[in-house]
Amino acid sequence: MQFMLLFSRQGKLRLQKWYVPLSDKERKKISRDLVQTILARKPKMCSFLEWRDLKIVYKRYASLYFCCAVEDQDNELITLEIIHRYVELLDKYFGSVCELDIIFNFEKAYFILDEFLLGGEAQETSKKNVLKAIEQADLLQEVRLLTDP
Amino acid sequence: MPAPIRLRELIRTIRTARTQAEEREMIQKECAAIRSSFREEDNTYRCRNVAKLLYMHMLGYPAHFGQLECLKLIASQKFTDKRIGYLGAMLLLDERQDVHLLMTNCIKNDLNHSTQYVQGLALCTLGCMGSSEMCRDLAGEVEKLLKTSNSYLRKKAALCAVHVIRKVPELMEMFLPATKNLLSEKNHGVLHTSVVLLTEMCERSPDMLLHFRKVCLLVPQLVRILKNLIMSGYSPEHDVSGISDPFLQVRILRLLRILGRSDDDSSEAMNDILAQVATNTETSKNVGNAILYETVLTIMDIKSESGLRVLAINILGRFLLNNDKNIRYVALTSLLKTVQTDHNAVQRHRSTIVDCLKDLDVSIKRRAMELSFALVNGNNIRGMMKELLYFLDSCDPEFKADCASGVFLAAEKYAPSKRWHIDTIMRVLTTAGSYVRDDSVPNLIQLITNSVEMHAYTVQRLYKALLDDISQQPLVQVSSWCIGEYGDLLVSGQCEEEEPIQVTEDEVLDVLEGLLVSNLSTPVTRGYSLTAIMKLSTRFSSVNRIKKVVSIYSSSIDVELQQRAVEYNALFKKYDHMRPALLERMPIMEKTASNGPTEIMQTNGETEPSVPDTKHLPLVTQPANQANDLLDLLGGNDVVPVIQTTLPTKPASAGGELLDLLGDLSLSGGLAPAPSVPVSQPPFLLDGLSSQPLFNDTSAAIPPMTAYSKNGLKIEFTFERANPNPNIAVITIHATNTTEADMTEFVFQAAVPKTFQLQLLSPSSNIVPALNQGSVTQVIRVLNPQKQQLRMRVKLTYTHKGSPVQDLAEVNNFPPQSWQ
Repeated sequence: MQFMLLFSRQGKLRLQKWYVPLSDKERKKISRDLVQTILARKPKMCSFLEWRDLKIVYKRYASLYFCCAVEDQDNELITLEIIHRYVELLDKYFGSVCELDIIFNFEKAYFILDEFLLGGEAQETSKKNVLKAIEQADLLQEVRLLTDP
Repeated sequence: MPAPIRLRELIRTIRTARTQAEEREMIQKECAAIRSSFREEDNTYRCRNVAKLLYMHMLGYPAHFGQLECLKLIASQKFTDKRIGYLGAMLLLDERQDVHLLMTNCIKNDLNHSTQYVQGLALCTLGCMGSSEMCRDLAGEVEKLLKTSNSYLRKKAALCAVHVIRKVPELMEMFLPATKNLLSEKNHGVLHTSVVLLTEMCERSPDMLLHFRKVCLLVPQLVRILKNLIMSGYSPEHDVSGISDPFLQVRILRLLRILGRSDDDSSEAMNDILAQVATNTETSKNVGNAILYETVLTIMDIKSESGLRVLAINILGRFLLNNDKNIRYVALTSLLKTVQTDHNAVQRHRSTIVDCLKDLDVSIKRRAMELSFALVNGNNIRGMMKELLYFLDSCDPEFKADCASGVFLAAEKYAPSKRWHIDTIMRVLTTAGSYVRDDSVPNLIQLITNSVEMHAYTVQRLYKALLDDISQQPLVQVSSWCIGEYGDLLVSGQCEEEEPIQVTEDEVLDVLEGLLVSNLSTPVTRGYSLTAIMKLSTRFSSVNRIKKVVSIYSSSIDVELQQRAVEYNALFKKYDHMRPALLERMPIMEKTASNGPTEIMQTNGETEPSVPDTKHLPLVTQPANQANDLLDLLGGNDVVPVIQTTLPTKPASAGGELLDLLGDLSLSGGLAPAPSVPVSQPPFLLDGLSSQPLFNDTSAAIPPMTAYSKNGLKIEFTFERANPNPNIAVITIHATNTTEADMTEFVFQAAVPKTFQLQLLSPSSNIVPALNQGSVTQVIRVLNPQKQQLRMRVKLTYTHKGSPVQDLAEVNNFPPQSWQ
């Protein structure tokens, strides 16, 4: 995966995870253009499109669009499953997740994503294990000071 | 200083802003507060401030002043700080800035931290955005972690290694030992990431691929794991809609693909498991189809047996019928990849593919179109073309150009009949005429020219199409060209293929003139129609009307039109005798690769002066085997043989027959195209030398003779022997005029019997002045290798007192010395 974007129906970015080195300016441009393109698509259209020389996979969950740019050799159908898994994780963590949860707890959304994907690939295929890791890490935040190595 | 506001509170506040300006104001205020807080080196609230900064950054505001603060957070001993710090680094830093290198040491320390979640943060950051320098520095640490027994860390290290290899491919070798027992892990996370790592290594290095295939025997291991996944019972932890760990299954299938590619043994070893997956996977949900999709891709890419391949294509065929458009999309993409290699198998699904042309989704339509064109062959051309033309009618503009080109190509390859071909072209031109590519116009013209028996039908249909619609330029251009060429067929009302229409010359000219004045016509189109009108001057009788049109355009603002009109005018006035020959039917054209539109314009039966080379080339091209029979006019660059006969009724053959004054004196046959129109006085090759003998010949002079004398025109021959070749007789003709009027446009032509060769050089002028005030001289060189009796036939044309005169004569009274 090259990047993942989450954005609302009004085109506001809620999360952006980049797995390829690009400048801030380039990222902004890509986000803007891609968001426009996807928002222009009709509901009956399929979840895949070719955009610039990227394969784009996107799915809409309630008021949020989840959009990934994948490589040529990547399986688009399994990418849809990856997106779905991430939504499930968020849902489990926040309890019936909605857009507001992600707005107000964006850093947690990132932490969850970083426990599920690393470098654009899935690192853990068990829902339980991802959530367990997040739970433990959250507990660690309560500890005042970590012991030195 | 009061404590900086909390993150959630800031978010709430900013969201209350009603305008962009209000939001900007809030942001600026908060940024100022954060900046001063950073300046105070406040450890307690740094984390909160950076978090707020990250939020504002996501809204699109600049946050670079927080970069160093992220580094400070990473170095902190509080987990919360580290978490936010690493997140900030991933969002705000990129490898182009040197700042990120300051992270390296922190990451190194954290990779060795006692808490696995800290190690995890470091691995994640490195694996997400590590630059090549960082990767080089830290690869060793990653490799160490790849060997740990802690599966939480091992899986992350594997993906981090993937990133390192992508950034610094030379480091791949060092990870090899650690991969040895990766696949014996039970933990799915480790298995999944290990397969990704192995895939990356195999894709990048053929040596690695061989090593894994032959030495490590990876294929059997993978097959075993995959089998376990499928056969094992329900595992709640990894289950997705009844399928056990689909993510892992897909990655294994993908690695198998790479291992099995171009390797028979490996392909055979995975044959069974692929068949099993293909037949047993549940297809009701997307998960199952994702696995089937990957399986199909693998089957098609390895050296699978034909039964398996057919199975794969049938899966794709079923995908095409799936209600889920994503599945259909994926099927069409895969079929497009396999259509070349498994053509027949894909053909079976042709009707489903053609149905997808009617899908609402743009991507699906495009793929279906590409696939349809790939499936067209001689057997299904009629049916397929019907569907494709229907598609062309109704599709979005973005498809029309490609579809039109595809139709032309397919029609050219597989047209069952010429009539069908022409009809198909007509259909494309009338429905998608403005989207047709520019280079189609000359290709179509060439095609039409070569379908000789369809000319009448074609021109009639094109004419009717023009009556309906003159907005589509390629259609208009092709139509005007055809009307110009075959206008006579159009008005004559002969048409075998369909009911001939009754149309008069004036109506046709009305249409063509309409094109000239219409706003819809481009300059190129106008050029086409003007030329067409001109061509009709030799095919229609309403010449005066045409003359009028042409002269109007000689003052056109459009330079191209003006030039053409001026030249056509010249054709009417000064070179009227050449006009029929120049505007004759085009011969069948050879299709050359470089035949662009401009070339067609030049060989259009008339001439453009932009072909200066012809001044030095033989005017009339000559098939070599006819050299002895025909009039050889080499060298005379402004003498254009003209046939004052009725228009040829058959199109000229490819070679073009030349003026043949011998034998049965058949004067039919067309000229090969492109003699140049003399626009200025021809340069005299023998300027000033016309009355001088060409060669110094001191041998006995041959007496001159009168070759022709009639109606006041007298032509005398004088002789020289050419040195050094005694077989060449050099004859100079002297033409004089005893009448009171000049003889203008005087042209002398000669022909000799088979055994001779003749060369005619430029005449001194075209005007034989009246009352013997001067003469026209011209040199003839005759090669007589067999020393036969010299005989000659001459043809004279000139204008005298306003009327053209033509005469033919035989010259037999050559003195014996001239040929012995």
